[in-house]
Amino acid sequence: MMLPRDLKAEHFAKYPLEARQLATRYLALLQELPLSFLPLLLREVIQYDWKFPSERRDLDRQLSYLAALPEIERRRMLAGFAELKLSASLTQMDWSGSPLRFSEELTAFLWTSHQIDSFRAAAVAYVEKLDAATPKEPLAAARLAIVLIGQGVAENQRPLFRKLRPQGTYFKQVDPQGGLQAILEMVARRAREHPLPFAHWYIDGGAAENLAGADLSRVSYQSLAPARAALLDRVRSIAQAHSMGPEGVVTALAQMQPSQLGLRGDPVLNRFQADLLTQGSGTQVFSTTFVQWAAREALRRAQPLTLLARFAPRQREQPMNELLAGTHPNNGPDPQGALIDADMGAYYTWLNQQRLSEAEKASFLIWFEGHSEALAIGPAMDRGAESDQRLSLAQILNKLV
Amino acid sequence: MKSAARQDHSSATVAFNRREFLRSATGISLGGSLFSFAPAPALALPGAKKVVVVTFGGGARDEETFMPDGQENIPHLLDELIPRATFFSQVINRGILGHYVATASLATGAYETFNNFAAVPPDNPTVFEYFRKDLKRPATDAWVVAPSNGFARIGQSGHRSYGQGLGAGVILPKRLLTAALSSGSSRDYDHLLIDSYESPVYSETLASDAQELHKLAAILKLSVEDFTKLARSLSSPDELSVFVARQLMRRLAPSLLWITLHDMDIAHSGAFSLYVDGIQRSDRLCSEIWKMIQSEPEYAGKTTMFILPDFGRDSDSEAGGNGFQHHRTGDARSRTTWLMALGPGIRENVIVDRPVESIDLVPTLGSLLGFSPRLSKGKRLAEIL
Repeated sequence: MMLPRDLKAEHFAKYPLEARQLATRYLALLQELPLSFLPLLLREVIQYDWKFPSERRDLDRQLSYLAALPEIERRRMLAGFAELKLSASLTQMDWSGSPLRFSEELTAFLWTSHQIDSFRAAAVAYVEKLDAATPKEPLAAARLAIVLIGQGVAENQRPLFRKLRPQGTYFKQVDPQGGLQAILEMVARRAREHPLPFAHWYIDGGAAENLAGADLSRVSYQSLAPARAALLDRVRSIAQAHSMGPEGVVTALAQMQPSQLGLRGDPVLNRFQADLLTQGSGTQVFSTTFVQWAAREALRRAQPLTLLARFAPRQREQPMNELLAGTHPNNGPDPQGALIDADMGAYYTWLNQQRLSEAEKASFLIWFEGHSEALAIGPAMDRGAESDQRLSLAQILNKLV
Repeated sequence: MKSAARQDHSSATVAFNRREFLRSATGISLGGSLFSFAPAPALALPGAKKVVVVTFGGGARDEETFMPDGQENIPHLLDELIPRATFFSQVINRGILGHYVATASLATGAYETFNNFAAVPPDNPTVFEYFRKDLKRPATDAWVVAPSNGFARIGQSGHRSYGQGLGAGVILPKRLLTAALSSGSSRDYDHLLIDSYESPVYSETLASDAQELHKLAAILKLSVEDFTKLARSLSSPDELSVFVARQLMRRLAPSLLWITLHDMDIAHSGAFSLYVDGIQRSDRLCSEIWKMIQSEPEYAGKTTMFILPDFGRDSDSEAGGNGFQHHRTGDARSRTTWLMALGPGIRENVIVDRPVESIDLVPTLGSLLGFSPRLSKGKRLAEIL
């Protein structure tokens, strides 16, 4: 059994280059951390080479803060983790070499040993203290998120934006003419004005619109069609072999490399896209789930200044009787179902934006694409208000930011 | 203990919202006063008592059910069933939040700790074993209709004093369907036959067993051809489960019937509209099951029905989760749910606020049916009996 105090630089030999350097630099700190916490930190360290700049900054800040803390304060901060009781099999795992696998096993063990609530409380307290002690740097610009929903829906009777209306101003006489172009131009302009890596994102549930000249991080459901097909083939081959259960499948998928999915290009973005497909549930099948999860992960991880998330119709879920009839399989698009999914997905996107720094300055726009309904949230907008004014999207954006 | 205290507080908040809505929507009365007098004696029921338990093996949150935005999804529960029921607004599940292990915990009255994805029997005796052993009931008197392969072992435990030969028959309609369709192109049915929505990706299918299909077809007195034909007329696996339950009620009239509905767990795919569809279907099917009970001579007037989700789903405010999609955080919303009981002798239109646990179901069934769940860790729900 290896304990944290037995940790040596050679235990990081298989880590990617920058991760290895980081772990080695903080070796003395790592040796002092409790075993119920250390592998969770190493799980982040081992992925350092593929992390976004903001994630790197957060991890650097966390490590330097912990290293600078007097030992007694560090022990107090991590006491909730140290009090957790681990099983013998956990302590005997290769937790330094395979921290991801350890964290999966730890999660299962915490549930079965009824310690998951204690772990949760320890994690919440830790993050709160860390956030309070290590304030973020000021942003280059206030954040803006734009979500487009309802593509392909000709007519809608369902009230939209119900969860978001109390937060902002509901525009019900929007002039849709030129709306998409105005939004794309706004996103491109912000990318030009604040040219920071991975600070401006465009996620599309269909094929991405062309945005020439803008340095955007782009992810689209359609461009990942070959990767999705490769992944589903892999899952089917695992299922047919009956060689592992669902948890084994999770581990096998998490270990897939972007190259195995046919992804080429920026390694950080490739890893992000591979994670969306291998770790997101439903992202392989429903474009609406893909956009919601991609927006969530982009906000959580890259913490962008600008995010454009455009939902598209997802494939239709066939009822049992149609599937069994089998003569004319209809798995075409379901725009109406996608609208409901996207309306909820937009709410989650706003919630996730609100979890980032300087949330009080952030702005958010949702538009029923091609139609006259939109809602804007931000410091410049009244909350719980409605507007009958005939405005273009460009005009609403100008009011908003 | 501090975290447990916080859990109780948060659960109480969840329950408060549910209770306030119910009171305003249905004029339901508060059951706290029940503690001021002795429980009413059980009515003298004609013939032996029967119990039908309906669980949702895929939690539904208050936001999509009892809160104002969600009430449109559960008209049958609200308008037809709750006015006839004693409703527990704060049912806490302190166990593992995976559907098989949690449903097994409901059935044993003890928090099971096995791997949710393992095909293992519960460690503790199930309600079916207590029922059959204590009351000397035949195998045909206790049945489970459950959604997926994972539930195949739920009928009887591995406990050495119970177990073998004392459990319930388990019917897995999806597995029957797989067998019935084995000659077709199963790839077309991948989504329909998915074993567990908790799986990481959306494409696992069930193993088929033609022998099992023919055996069950004989029990249900339904040919394989008719079964397949019927399946072609239904829109979801849960509808098939309810059909199978109806056949069981007509052919074998079991005294203890346990049905687990699963469609709403499609929430794991992240498609909110499909999750809501699942809730609406479960709401309708609960009403249909109640009507079946009232219309079947073997059940009418002597059957108590219990409805409860196994647990909830993650709240929107929990940063570690993704809202309705999963139940991974262990937060108050994912642990807190509700239970309703209705039938002869059950007080109608009553809401009970005090926190109870999902493992309290088995001792309650024991008191109702007259067996002793001696290894259960739950407590009898006095308001029902």
